[in-house]
Amino acid sequence: MTRLKIVLIFIAAVLTTLGAIPLYRHRHYQVPVVAGPAVTRVEKLSRFAPGLKGTMADTDVFVLEGARPGGKALLLANTHANEPAGLLTAVLMIENAVVEQGTLYVIPEFNASAGRNTKPGDGYPLYFDIPTEWGPKRFRMGNRDASPLEQWPDPDVYIHFPEKQLLSFLDVRNTNRTWPGRADGPLMENVTFAAMELLRSEKVDVAIDMHGAETMFPVTNCIVAPLKSSKIATLVSMNVKAMEGFDNHVEPSPANFHGLSHREIGDFSDTLPFLLEAPIPFLDQPTGPKTVDLLLDGKDPFLLSLSRAKKLFVPYDESGWPMDKRVGQHCSVSLEILRQFTKKNPEKGIVLSGVPRYAELVKNGVGRYFHDPAKADPKSVHFE
Amino acid sequence: MSVIMIVYYLLSIYLTVVLAGNFIREKKNVNDLILTLLVLIPLILRILRVK
Repeated sequence: MTRLKIVLIFIAAVLTTLGAIPLYRHRHYQVPVVAGPAVTRVEKLSRFAPGLKGTMADTDVFVLEGARPGGKALLLANTHANEPAGLLTAVLMIENAVVEQGTLYVIPEFNASAGRNTKPGDGYPLYFDIPTEWGPKRFRMGNRDASPLEQWPDPDVYIHFPEKQLLSFLDVRNTNRTWPGRADGPLMENVTFAAMELLRSEKVDVAIDMHGAETMFPVTNCIVAPLKSSKIATLVSMNVKAMEGFDNHVEPSPANFHGLSHREIGDFSDTLPFLLEAPIPFLDQPTGPKTVDLLLDGKDPFLLSLSRAKKLFVPYDESGWPMDKRVGQHCSVSLEILRQFTKKNPEKGIVLSGVPRYAELVKNGVGRYFHDPAKADPKSVHFE
Repeated sequence: MSVIMIVYYLLSIYLTVVLAGNFIREKKNVNDLILTLLVLIPLILRILRVK
């Protein structure tokens, strides 16, 4: 029996180690980001909430400043780290944007812990590669919620602060349910509190939170905006349709559903919030295997059948819904939000150049705009 | 790390010790040995802060 026990322990140890190594590597894998011409400094989010310091939830804030003073905007990506079009858009902006007027804050890994988490039960890939002219650029595929390694245990029910609304237990680790947050709450409330402090102390005018949503979910392919942002959102929606030929309708931010960035940023600061949703077929439930191909090209035969049966909320055909298209939508809609805000507030303008729009991204692919970290000045390379 | 999180790690270590004791004491049932090891895997991964 003792010999059998030793054999069983050995087998269990081997299987555990084989499973643990890829998870450990994924959690500690660093994505290089080359700071572009407009990046003047890189700060830590913990500057605005010291409780984050030294935790995996602390994250980089890239500050891109223009020569002319103007307004300020914050771009958030990876609030949900399994919706990576936002992350690619943020990295593209950091590496390429030139700020003519105003200041742009970019947080590429807003939920940094979720970006190092995965969902083995759903068969998520650990990484995905974006082809570039200098080889594949590898990104971590994250999860919707922060890792329990940062915040554990979950409560039976998450009681939102300060509205006391009862939310799913999982939402205590979801940084799009913990707004506006608090300094002495769970760690993810600390993350959103730090962002609120950034918005309030730096007097940020516009906040854009980039997401992805299932094609079977009604709130997809849209801009979610509260009443105070709805005029700009409507103009943006009409302009991208007329000028660039893609749909992005406006969804009103529900007044009684709490914890979401588009609700609480508007209610607890002077900032105009916008949440962008680009369709991501990978997240739909009735698809084939959750492969990297599905993540990048969005092609799935089951969704195609559902589209023919008119069960989807977006147009869907054999071309799928590729990543380049999703990043293109985020880029164009973000640039258009800033343009419309600048038109209404010229003294607080936020003017960017050097960022490709929808048609260029669909034509060239997002990888065309990533810079080779091996050839960049080492001081300009940051690891996310 | 919050106090409640430290308590949960201590609980995990306690359960790991109890299960390891059960594994050592088990003399006949191979199924129980395998099941005990399977239950131990997520506890060990959490204690080692891997998953």
